[in-house]
Amino acid sequence: MKIISANFEKKDSHTLAVYEAGGGYAAARKALSMGGGAVVEEVKKSGLRGRGGAGFPAGVKWGFVPKGVDQPVYLCVNADEGEPGTFKDRHIMEKDPHRLIEGIIIASYAVGIHTAFIYVRGEYVFQIARTQRAVDEAYAKGYLGPDVMGSGFALDVVIHRGAGAYICGEETGLIESIEGKKGQPRPKPPFPAVVGLFRCPTVVNNVETISALPFIINEGAEKYASLGTPKSTGTMLFSVSGMVEKPGVYEQEFGVNFWEFLEKRAGGVKGGRALKAVVPGGSSSPILTADEARSATLDYESLAEKGSMLGSGAIIVYSEDVCLVRALAVITRFYAHESCGQCPPCREGTYWLHRIVKRIETGAGTMSDLDLILRVCGNMRGTTVCVLSDACAMPVESYVRKFRSEFEEHITRGGCRFPAETG
Amino acid sequence: MEKHTAATIAFDEEREARFQRTLRAYPEKGAALLPALWLAQEQFGSLSDDVLAYVASRLECAPVKAFAVAEFYTMYKRERVGRFHLQLCRNLTCSLMGSEKLRAFIENAVGIQPGGRTPDGLFSLELVECLGSCGTAPVLRVNDTYFENITIERMKAILENCRKGTLPDPESL
Ligand SMILES: Cc1cc2nc3c(=O)[nH]c(=O)nc-3n(C[C@H](O)[C@H](O)[C@H](O)COP(=O)(O)O)c2cc1C
Ligand code: FES
Repeated sequence: MKIISANFEKKDSHTLAVYEAGGGYAAARKALSMGGGAVVEEVKKSGLRGRGGAGFPAGVKWGFVPKGVDQPVYLCVNADEGEPGTFKDRHIMEKDPHRLIEGIIIASYAVGIHTAFIYVRGEYVFQIARTQRAVDEAYAKGYLGPDVMGSGFALDVVIHRGAGAYICGEETGLIESIEGKKGQPRPKPPFPAVVGLFRCPTVVNNVETISALPFIINEGAEKYASLGTPKSTGTMLFSVSGMVEKPGVYEQEFGVNFWEFLEKRAGGVKGGRALKAVVPGGSSSPILTADEARSATLDYESLAEKGSMLGSGAIIVYSEDVCLVRALAVITRFYAHESCGQCPPCREGTYWLHRIVKRIETGAGTMSDLDLILRVCGNMRGTTVCVLSDACAMPVESYVRKFRSEFEEHITRGGCRFPAETG
Repeated sequence: MEKHTAATIAFDEEREARFQRTLRAYPEKGAALLPALWLAQEQFGSLSDDVLAYVASRLECAPVKAFAVAEFYTMYKRERVGRFHLQLCRNLTCSLMGSEKLRAFIENAVGIQPGGRTPDGLFSLELVECLGSCGTAPVLRVNDTYFENITIERMKAILENCRKGTLPDPESL
């Protein structure tokens, strides 16, 4: 079932003409005639959950915006796509930007928003240009601007280019960044829905979440909710990379067997090698052993049951010859580099985790380092303003707990026995 | 390249127009800082103290604020980068797919370390985090262009083209 990626293969799919020829913008028209409250109800009923990482129900989040306040309300579309392993939002912006814009119209109308910002990571210059052109087309056609489709509803869309900082994908870091500041997250509460951008109520949603809205409005919440499982409705774009035959972005209905999905769609492990482990939801998600990957289903519940998470849908496959200690050294270096530095447990913890994992990788570690790692992780969980700290501690704990022998082997051998490269 | 001093720094006509449009897009002036820094970097090549002071003055904010923001974000450059700025991804999937080997190759071929710039100003090298292109790892970004599924062969071709003065079309390699 293709919802988000339905147009990806079409020629010139990024143009208004092609989007409209496929029925595009009918959902926005329909929404504008439904009344905002009815649209919110429909999205709640659909069960749509956020695709940015946390999986929070979109309609419920919109419901947190206070009613009748004497302030503007803002929408921030999160196109920061910084979670390592994730490369799906760029495909939406490249190949179907009008679906995103139509979704923005629907969400904005539902919540009573008149200005939407799309926060795009700074590297996506091509995707920014594509999306800007689509925004311009939508303005020219009267789909954006002071009187959207003649409904009297006003909506402006502004694209804001980031400048290289993973932390700006965190919703309050993102808000700070749009305000022209360093992307240092804010304490919650207050949540952005109450006090967000420019101190006003703000909805932050991922590109893919917003892009699911046209289908939900067109086909109805029930149709969407009939796909997938009761708690993971609909479809999701999965970014599959690493040691698989056919890496790429695959849209998949929830509820299928996790490993069968990878075998069927991505061709299984590269070169017929044995599977060692899988990262199911971006580098922040705890690792799955091969057995766990084979018994999991592709949905939020099953991965939570396995102590991991679906996250941003970024699946990275490790074959038998991948060194997990080296992989973890890369991961911890990343978080140490990206910690914004305002909370000591994160700033110090990420730094030390990287130091310790690196020394194990190079053969200079000791057995007591393993318990030290777990202790440092414990001090990093739930002690900081945002969850970047947890996002580093969670995978580290899981690698060390589930693959402890691999770490021990590095320590006893004084180094690594795996090939320097696997690709 | 001419040297800009505080007195001569100003957006050119095209960028001034874009700057004015940017100001209108945000409800608060200070929010235009990131886009204004992009415009300045595009025009002046890097964000020197003087350029930052100019941008701050245009937004009526303290220069230290512009300075702090420029330092926080990795894509804002306080120093000039090379004419071809090589950004090699060093994150998870790219490292599985051989980015370490590519790094050694580039260092050797161009004669610089990450963070460095060749004396002739042609190349600079930076190791960057996940570029959002892991399905086609390993990935190299040169200026604003992505080169995917990089091999040593393709890397050679990219560098050769750059030495001749043009960034190749990724499709043509
Ligand atoms: C460190 C960190 C980085 C994040 N990066 C992203 C990102 O790049 N894109 C994204 O959509 N959400 C990201 N998130 C999640 C956002 O904070 C937020 O939950 C999300 O944008 C909400 O949208 P959704 O409900 O539609 O998923 C990140 C969170 C954290 C803690
Ligand atoms: S890890 Fe290199 S592009 Fe994602």
